[in-house]
Amino acid sequence: MNKKKALGSLAAAAAAVLALSACGNGGSAEAGKGEINYWLWDANQLPAYKQCADDFHKANPDITVKITQRGWDDYWGTLTNGFVAGTAPDVFTDHLSKYPEFVKNKQILALDDAVKKDNIDTGSYNSGLADLWVGQDGKRYGLPKDWDTIALFYNTKLAADAGVTPQQMAALTWNPQDGGTYEKTIAHLTVGKNGKRGDEAGFDKNNVAVYGLGLNGSGSGQGQTEWSYLTGTTGWTHTDKNPWGTHFNYDDAKFQQSIDWFAGLAQKGYMPKLETTVGASMADTFAAGKSVINANGSWMIGQYTGYKDVQVGIAPTPTGPDGKRSSMYNGLADSIYAGTKKPEAATKWVEYLGSAACQDVVAAKAVVFPAIKSSADKAVDAFKAKGVDVTPFSQQVKDGTTFLFPIADKAAKVDGIMKPAMDAVVSGKAPASSLTQANDQVNALFK
Amino acid sequence: MTTLTRNASPAEHSVRRPLKRRGQSDLKIALFFIAPAMIGFIVFYLVPTLRGIYLSFTEYNILGDPTWIGTANYEAIGKDPLFWNALAVTTQYVLINIVLQTALALGLALLMHRVAKSTLIRGTLLLPYLMANVIAALLWFWLLDYQIGIVNYFIDALGMPKVAFFGSEEWAIPTQALINTWRHMGYTALLIFAGLQAIPHHVYEVANLDGASPWQTFRKITLPLLRPVLALVLIVTIIGSFQVFDTVAVTTQGGPVNASRVLQFYIYQKAFTESDFGYGSALAVILFVILALVAFIQMKFLKGNESDLD
Repeated sequence: MNKKKALGSLAAAAAAVLALSACGNGGSAEAGKGEINYWLWDANQLPAYKQCADDFHKANPDITVKITQRGWDDYWGTLTNGFVAGTAPDVFTDHLSKYPEFVKNKQILALDDAVKKDNIDTGSYNSGLADLWVGQDGKRYGLPKDWDTIALFYNTKLAADAGVTPQQMAALTWNPQDGGTYEKTIAHLTVGKNGKRGDEAGFDKNNVAVYGLGLNGSGSGQGQTEWSYLTGTTGWTHTDKNPWGTHFNYDDAKFQQSIDWFAGLAQKGYMPKLETTVGASMADTFAAGKSVINANGSWMIGQYTGYKDVQVGIAPTPTGPDGKRSSMYNGLADSIYAGTKKPEAATKWVEYLGSAACQDVVAAKAVVFPAIKSSADKAVDAFKAKGVDVTPFSQQVKDGTTFLFPIADKAAKVDGIMKPAMDAVVSGKAPASSLTQANDQVNALFK
Repeated sequence: MTTLTRNASPAEHSVRRPLKRRGQSDLKIALFFIAPAMIGFIVFYLVPTLRGIYLSFTEYNILGDPTWIGTANYEAIGKDPLFWNALAVTTQYVLINIVLQTALALGLALLMHRVAKSTLIRGTLLLPYLMANVIAALLWFWLLDYQIGIVNYFIDALGMPKVAFFGSEEWAIPTQALINTWRHMGYTALLIFAGLQAIPHHVYEVANLDGASPWQTFRKITLPLLRPVLALVLIVTIIGSFQVFDTVAVTTQGGPVNASRVLQFYIYQKAFTESDFGYGSALAVILFVILALVAFIQMKFLKGNESDLD
């Protein structure tokens, strides 16, 4: 008995200590001054934003911005921990797949008042980007900072060896039945260990030296860089409406046909098997000359063009059954943590990040496409000055052939269902028709 | 362990008598000495465990407030195919890991005991264990990579088909079980080695005089006398093995498909990735019960708390 009592009082004491420490961070300094913390995940963009922070400090001497960069894998877990502990950064780079949950849990601040007060022109951003950050409650939760689209990186030497010209690469067509000239080109670019190309007699699909198309992964429920540039040309959409869809369409015959075609490339030996892609990244194996074409996002331009001794060309994604190209269009934004003690300073910094002044600085570094139209044009020029023609990425936005990243509630749960389901299909373990069942599971989340 | 048990009875007598005399006055001093460990135990084990059990009956997304939903989480888990999959995958991992690890460790311990007397060699066996789990996992992740790993390079050079050690559903769990076997067997061997040293030498001399073969000696003397230590080692390693997480988290992350979605990783996925802390806590409570049962059965079955030396 005695022991239990002692335990009880000790437990109570411990609980009291915990409770005390939890209220230890009250009391706020002046809301418009001091140091604000800013987080981002892309190390390539760190120098550009450091420059922005310095310029911002010069214009607002009483505010200092402390930037912390954290890799994508650690970023979101640390951020959530920060929310719970009350130590999250005042401002952070936000992602479309994550912010709906932050809104639901009241962890980020609406920016409507600031936008109205400071006359921010949301029309200066590339069309659609600003709307992505308006939540289901009609309030704005982020100011756009950049955007990305998809294009085909290809090894120009290996393509030339196969007699495939840049003109041909720029004029590829695709359909889900026979794959069009896209599949023909991929087949021709594939080389077996015996030297036979993928479209020649004697090609051994089990002994391939160079794959025509690289594979990153199964794409889970979004297929951003894997297959969405194909499914988008068939008229298929991920959800019933975007943003804030509540019904997913993975049971659609058009979609399943496209995925069957995609998975079939691995069976034919034109694309690596999914099981071989666990480990070294697609870009690294591309650099090692193991694949010729890699569909990837514009945020990878720096990495692909940065490999030594690898000549890289960029081609637009193929034209599909609707006669147009298609690319997913994703945009990041900066959001303010609801628990910030310096909301005014944080708002100023977010507005500065969303202004042409900062986005021109980012553009000049030629790493990503800034959200503001005029700044994005400057980025295209900056890439050109580096010798990289990025029009295959920007053209899709100019031509209006993009579709928005699917924004929906419960993104993590959808991913938890779709990742294994897509893995099974792309690895050839299950037919695409099995996605109907996964789709039912996904849609049940919204009932 | 054995040494302690063997000497227990005389020691008990000498300690017990003065203790009775002092009685109550010792409580304060005892508490004082126990306090550091006790506070750590309460703050880092007891409170989180109780809170976890409470959360398992709630719906809680960590940012909001928990809502009491009774046993709904447990009912959902019973019908969750991924939970049963996780249980099967984890069991597969534990079986491969424990069987190999214990057999190899026992062999190593015998070698250490009989052959390798050099401290250097004995120390070398511990080296993999000194490496952080994540480092060991990443090291093998690269060595065994399908595209650029050196192991597959040699397999290919020998004219055999390359193996997707982490990418194929058949290999994902065995590969990870082997990696952790490699990492832990030196340490396990050390524990068993300590047990071997506690077996009195004269028993072996007698066996030798009676003309027992090495195999007979091992089976009739070494194994039975080693039993309490083996029981302890098995309980500790099986509990550790059931909790495999870091290797999976840094390599396959549950994939391909669900082939390596072990229980701990599934708990992590539910709680931290999908922000379903209530469900994750319920899974954790189930794992807790499983581990408690496994430990209990082992203690009973292997009679780990008594020795044949008495």
